Amino acid sequence: MSAATAELLAIHDLRLQFRSMRGLVKALDGVELTVHDGEILGLVGESGCGKTITGLAVLGLLQRPQAEITSGAILYRGDDLLAKTDAQMQKLRGRDISMVFQDPLASLNPVFAVGNQIEDVVRLHKGVSRKEARETTYKALASVGLPPDKDTFKRYPHQFSGGMRQRVCMAMALACGSPLLIADEPTTALDVTIQAQILNLLLKLRAELDVAQILITHNVGVAAQTCDRIAVMYAGSVVEEGPVSEVLKRPHHPYTIALYQCLPHGRTAAELQTIPGTVPDLIDPPTGCRFHPRCSHVMEICPTAKPQPVKAAERHWVSCFWAAEGAGLSAGPFRPPTPPDAPGTDDGAPA
Amino acid sequence: MTIWAYVVRRIALAVLVLFGVATITFLMVRIVPSDPAAVYVGSNARPEQIAQARRDLGLDKPLYVQYGIYMKNLVKGDWGDSLRTKRPVLNDIMHFLPTSLELIITALVVATIVGVIFGVTTAHRKGTWIDLVMRVFSTGGVSIPAFWLALMLQIAFFRVLHLLPVAGQSDIFVAQAHPITAITGMPVVDALITGNWPAFTDSARHLVLPMLCLAAYPMGVIMRMTRSSMLEAMGNDYIRMARALGVPPRTLLYKDALKNAFGPVLTVIGLTFAYSLTGTFFVELIFAWPGLGYYATTSILSMDYPAIMGVTIMVAAAYVLVNLAVDLAQAFLDPRIALS
Amino acid sequence: MTTSSSLSDWRVRHQASLDEARYNARVFFKDKLAVVGLVIIVVTIAVAVLAPHIAPYPAQGRGDSNLKERFQAPSTHHLMGTDNQGRDILSRVIYGARIPLIISFTVTAVIVIIGVPLGGIAGYYGGRVDEVVMRITDVFLAFPSLILAITFVAFLGPSIRNVMIAIVVSWWPWYTRLVRGVAVSLRERPYVEAARTMGVRNLTIIWRHILPNAFGPVIVQMTLDIGTVILAAAALSFIGLGAQAPTAEWGLMISEGKDYILQQWWIGTFAGLAIFILVLAFNFVGDGLRDVLDPRSKR
Repeated sequence: MSAATAELLAIHDLRLQFRSMRGLVKALDGVELTVHDGEILGLVGESGCGKTITGLAVLGLLQRPQAEITSGAILYRGDDLLAKTDAQMQKLRGRDISMVFQDPLASLNPVFAVGNQIEDVVRLHKGVSRKEARETTYKALASVGLPPDKDTFKRYPHQFSGGMRQRVCMAMALACGSPLLIADEPTTALDVTIQAQILNLLLKLRAELDVAQILITHNVGVAAQTCDRIAVMYAGSVVEEGPVSEVLKRPHHPYTIALYQCLPHGRTAAELQTIPGTVPDLIDPPTGCRFHPRCSHVMEICPTAKPQPVKAAERHWVSCFWAAEGAGLSAGPFRPPTPPDAPGTDDGAPA
Repeated sequence: MTIWAYVVRRIALAVLVLFGVATITFLMVRIVPSDPAAVYVGSNARPEQIAQARRDLGLDKPLYVQYGIYMKNLVKGDWGDSLRTKRPVLNDIMHFLPTSLELIITALVVATIVGVIFGVTTAHRKGTWIDLVMRVFSTGGVSIPAFWLALMLQIAFFRVLHLLPVAGQSDIFVAQAHPITAITGMPVVDALITGNWPAFTDSARHLVLPMLCLAAYPMGVIMRMTRSSMLEAMGNDYIRMARALGVPPRTLLYKDALKNAFGPVLTVIGLTFAYSLTGTFFVELIFAWPGLGYYATTSILSMDYPAIMGVTIMVAAAYVLVNLAVDLAQAFLDPRIALS
Repeated sequence: MTTSSSLSDWRVRHQASLDEARYNARVFFKDKLAVVGLVIIVVTIAVAVLAPHIAPYPAQGRGDSNLKERFQAPSTHHLMGTDNQGRDILSRVIYGARIPLIISFTVTAVIVIIGVPLGGIAGYYGGRVDEVVMRITDVFLAFPSLILAITFVAFLGPSIRNVMIAIVVSWWPWYTRLVRGVAVSLRERPYVEAARTMGVRNLTIIWRHILPNAFGPVIVQMTLDIGTVILAAAALSFIGLGAQAPTAEWGLMISEGKDYILQQWWIGTFAGLAIFILVLAFNFVGDGLRDVLDPRSKR
């Protein structure tokens, strides 16, 4: 596994709030995250947990003044992005960090041919001639597995299938050679068969272009297939982070465990579990650990303090009092709390 | 369906509509209580003169025969003679139309430029005081009676500021010293083509006030439509995507969003063209502008029914053609339209 | 006792609609311009109704001339001056509020009565009925509305009644189109299908299920069109096809003032200002209503 060379992106203690009609939404509560060169990080969690907001915050795309970052740092190759001006961020977007979204049809401008849309981005960032930009565009099309010809170039978004549209989006995002791609639920709007193709494309892009990726998804299975490392988010913070095989085989956080138990693993519908309770209202979030009202292992300390990340294994971090206590109590090798069902365990992990 | 199939179908529809327009105009004259023959011979005519006129005009024939003759003549270009000028109506119209078009087109161009820019700006600054002021301004544009605005402008620019001529199309002394060679029939354009600078400045100065009057309403409508259409476009995912790839705000507004928002704007430009075609009646009356509107209002007041019918058909035809052009432009602007 | 209990009963049954109405009212009244517009309209209606009591010279407002005082500039005697017949302009502006209001309310009401059911029927039945109705509206809409109205009055002869007829004839297709669009979008809805399978008569379905859904857009369009109709009627009077002297009508007053505009500016100015403000008010209210009633077009 091409693990950990240099740190490409590091997010430290990111806190963010939204002004809404009902009040202040404390959307991010101290997010910690790192992405290394050429690495695919899965950012997993239920909808509304702050995955997308984290992605948008990295690119400085949040609506101001409604959204306000109250503390933290977002370091891109050591540079704090939060200290940059709008103009600097604008230059950086699409050239250093790009993002693709869930609905590829909506993401493409319906009134311009796709080739021109890619070409415009290239010209914007590289300041090259139209001819050179066109060549780059064809290269980008080829890199995402689309025929690099005039026919593709001249077509409009509505003339492509869903999977091809997502490929176009990726071509547009990577045409200027961004080393980091944030893919926000890139397969959610697609058919299952097409999903696999797009996930393979993500792997191929990493292999060929060495593009590091943050794959935002609510689907643990998708993350398991594609990612090197996985970060599980709940209600605005990362609760567990580590290599995919580690986190999914030996989950420590009760939320990760519960999430894992929600996966089918060849079970019948009747056997499927759900996580009891609902996602908390972030206008008035639970005190201490935000998961405690839904947690089956809640302890006295949980409502009173926010758990700090502790090392569960090599490069495997978890923020949970119960898991830390479990780890602390066992003097010998680490004993995972209530291991999940055995059969499906190996399905998801990458080779 | 390809875009060309759409073009053909749309043109066929326009022809059909023109046919309907001619029919309604014919029926309107026949249904109304006033007797065209009586109008034709004048108010002091004896009954036998009216009867004679009725035979001359073919009004004694059955309605469907009259309709057939009317349509045949219409297609042939024989639109009857004006009762007032005694000239063929079509000649009169072709003589007066260019000056009106000059007025209408400049008004619409100005209205479109101002309306789109202001509309984009207000959409961009939604909810600010600029937005509120612009909203009052655009609503004012659609609420102000053009013929009253004309009088107010005359007071302001002629009587108070002494900046612009009060009425007419040219200054008589300039016109005598530097006569304009008629090529298109539009004085400003003709003066420009022939390099007749004194006449150009003079006719351009005369154009300003009537043009402003005519532009007020279209500007308001275009501005309002641009604003709402832009707000809708700016909320789309592709704007977020473009932003995520570093497209600067100005390009986002004026290229990515505006091209999407422009469809509805084009439609209202077509509609305001219709407004301008009749709006010019009032504006020309006040500014003594020798165009189609002036011809129309004088014809109406003298019950010159062949002229009224001719102007009506011409205005409707122009409007149908503009709408056709708008629809076709939209199909080329947004390739999805031809598909639906 | 019975009334209060039946009232509270009614309240309970209609709680949801009451809440919605209250919410809508709040949205509407948050729009400052819409509130200003509403106040102007109410005041104008009051002025029109009470004209004989508030006009300083009611007889002149109705048309009596007063040749001794021609062309008086605005003063404390005549706040807006006098016209070429010596009539008090203020009184005539006050009396002049009556015709635009009567014309615009009557005309829009008649247009709605003709256009709305026709649109509902065309959209609901679809097929040949729809085709015929829509082609007819196409032809009418091919004329710029005002020229159709002008031509019509020109042939009918100038009078306020004919102006009203002409505007109705040239305007109804807009509503047919509007309502047809709503009806087409509702035709296949489950509750409409359900009503059909249960054997509810088609006309009943149109009346109960289709038209109420068109209510919002139609009300919004009506409010905006009242302004347009006022402008159109004034325009027709201005070129001599509408109200005839000595009636006090704003369009006609501007026409009377236009020949004196550079010297006795007040003759035409105030009547035009009145039109402008009233139309502006209707447009503000229409915009405000649109935000509330027509969620498709958020401003």
